[in-house]
Amino acid sequence: MKFKGNVFKYGDNVNTDVIFPGKYTYTITDRKEMAKHSMEDLDPDFVKKVKVGDIIVAGKNFGCGSSREQAVICLKESGISVIIAKSFARIYFRNCINEGLPALICSEIYDNVESGDEIEVDLKEGKIITQKNTFSFPPFPKKVQEILSAGGLVPYVQYKIKK
Amino acid sequence: MGQSFVQKVFAKYAGKERVEVGEIVTVEPDFILSHDNSSAISKTFKKMGAEKVKYPDRLVIVLDHCTPPADSKYATNHKEVREFVVEQGISNFYDINKGICHQVFIEEGFAAPGRLILGSDSHTTSYGALGCFSAGIGRTEAASIWATGQLWLMVPKTLRIKLEGKLPENVFAKDVILFLLGKMGADGALYKSVEFCGKVVDEMDIEDRIVLCNMAAEAGAKNGYCLPDEKTFDYLKGRVKETFEAVYPDNDDGAEEISFDLSSLKPQIACPHSVDNVKEVSEVKGTKINQVVIGTCTNGRLKDLKIVAKVLEGKKVSKNVRFLVFPASMDVYKKALKGGIIDIIVEAGGIIMNPNCGPCLGAHEGALAPGEVCLSTSNRNFKGRMGSNESFIYLSSPYVAAISGIKGEIDYEI
Repeated sequence: MKFKGNVFKYGDNVNTDVIFPGKYTYTITDRKEMAKHSMEDLDPDFVKKVKVGDIIVAGKNFGCGSSREQAVICLKESGISVIIAKSFARIYFRNCINEGLPALICSEIYDNVESGDEIEVDLKEGKIITQKNTFSFPPFPKKVQEILSAGGLVPYVQYKIKK
Repeated sequence: MGQSFVQKVFAKYAGKERVEVGEIVTVEPDFILSHDNSSAISKTFKKMGAEKVKYPDRLVIVLDHCTPPADSKYATNHKEVREFVVEQGISNFYDINKGICHQVFIEEGFAAPGRLILGSDSHTTSYGALGCFSAGIGRTEAASIWATGQLWLMVPKTLRIKLEGKLPENVFAKDVILFLLGKMGADGALYKSVEFCGKVVDEMDIEDRIVLCNMAAEAGAKNGYCLPDEKTFDYLKGRVKETFEAVYPDNDDGAEEISFDLSSLKPQIACPHSVDNVKEVSEVKGTKINQVVIGTCTNGRLKDLKIVAKVLEGKKVSKNVRFLVFPASMDVYKKALKGGIIDIIVEAGGIIMNPNCGPCLGAHEGALAPGEVCLSTSNRNFKGRMGSNESFIYLSSPYVAAISGIKGEIDYEI
C-alpha cells in the first residue's frame, strides 16, 4: 500500500480531547459529522485545509488520554491516510490499527518535514519518502498486518465469523 | 530469566508455557467492561455480522457517563443499551442508580488477583490495585470480544516503581501519583506494565492503591499493578465473584526499576493543560477558583469524602465557589449518609450530585464558562475537557480541593 499527501505537523502529547472533544462523544454518531470537528481545539484550520490522502506527522505520545475511537475515526473520515509519530499512546495506536488507519512510529522524520510538504509512504517497503530523504520504519507484527490488510477489525472479524 | 507479573498472566490466558516481551498473544479475558458506549459497541458488533454475544456472563455494563441523561440524545443512547442488554440476556448490567463503572466493577467483586480484565475505558487500569491485569481498549475491540470472546495483546515491558519512606501527614495517594506524573511525564510509562511497590504502597489501603493504578493510565501505562497482600484478600472477602489465584512476579524478571523516597513529599497539583504539568501546591497558592469537583473514578470514594468532611466541618464554602460532590457509587453515597458526611458537606454549602462521571468529561453537571477555573480531584485537565476551551482545570487531592473550596483560592493549609 502506498500513500501520498501533504503533511500536517503537530507537537508532543496531542490528546484525544483536542483531536475530538469529549462533549461530542455521545451526541455525534455519524462518521462524516465527526470529521467536521477534527482537531477543533488544536487547529481550527485543519478541517478547512485537509484533503484525501494527507498525512499527520507528530511528536511523542500522539493520541494520549481517553480511549475514544472517534479521535481516530474523525481523522480517517477527514481524509488522513497515515499518521506518523515519534510514539503513540497505546490505546490510540490500537484504535488506529483496528480502524485500518496505519500508525507509523518514526522519530527521524519529525525534524525533516514541515506542514504542507508532500511526502510518500510505502507500507510494504517500510519507507517514508520526503522531498530530500528516505526514512524507514519497523514493519508491523503479523497479526497487525492481517488486521490492516483486512481494512480494520470490523471486516477482519466479519471474515472470521463467516469462516 | 524469571518472568514478570504480566508475562505470567498472559501466558496463562494464551495457553502457553511462557511468553516474551513484544510477543503478540491472543487471550480470552475474564470480563469486558463497557459503559454508555455500549450502544456504539453494539452497533459495531452487529456490523461485524455477529448475532449473539459469545459469553454474555463475561460482559459487565454500567451506565455512568452522563446519568441521568442530559438530553434526548443521551436518553436514546441509554435506551439502546437497555434494549441490547435484554436482547442478549446480559445479567451483569447496572443502570444509572449504581455509580461510576470502575467503582461498581470493584465493589461487585469482578476484580480479583491474577485475572485478566479488559474495558472500553482508559481508566480500566484501576483494578490492578487488586492484583489483576486490567487495561483499557477501544470500542471496536470491545465489539470483537463480545463477538469472539478474544483479543490480541502485546506483552509489555515492566516498570517497577518503588515508593519508600513514610508519607507526611495530609499527603495522599493522589499527591504521590501526581508527583510521579510530574517526574515521568505523560508518556513516562508508555506501553508499559507499571508495578507499584515499596513501603508506601504496603501501608496504603485498597482505596489509595486504586488511585495509583487509575492514574497510571495518565503516564501511558498499559496497566497498573499492586502486589496482592492481606489487605487485598480482606477487601475481597464476601465480595469477590468465583475463585481466583494470585500471581506475583519473579525476583529476576528483568523489569526496569526506579525508586523514590516520599518522606518529605509536599502536596502536589497538576496545572493546566496537562497532567504532567505538576507543581507543589505552594507554587500556585492564591490562584482564584470558581468551582471545585470532588469525585470521579479517581477520588470519589468514602475515604475521600471523609477527608473532605473533616476539612469542611463547621466551615463554609466560599461564596465564589460552586462546590460539587459526586460520590463514586451509590454504596459510597449510602455509607457517607450514614456516617453524617453528607450532612457536613451540605451544611458547609456543598452540592451533592448523583453518583456518575459528572463534568469530568464535559458532558453535563458542572461545565465551565470561558475564563473559569476549576480545581478537581479527577484525572485529566486537558484544554476544553470540562466545557469551554478557554477554561482552566487544576488537579489535586480531595484535601487540597476542600481547603481551596473554603478559601476561594488554591491553598493547602487550613
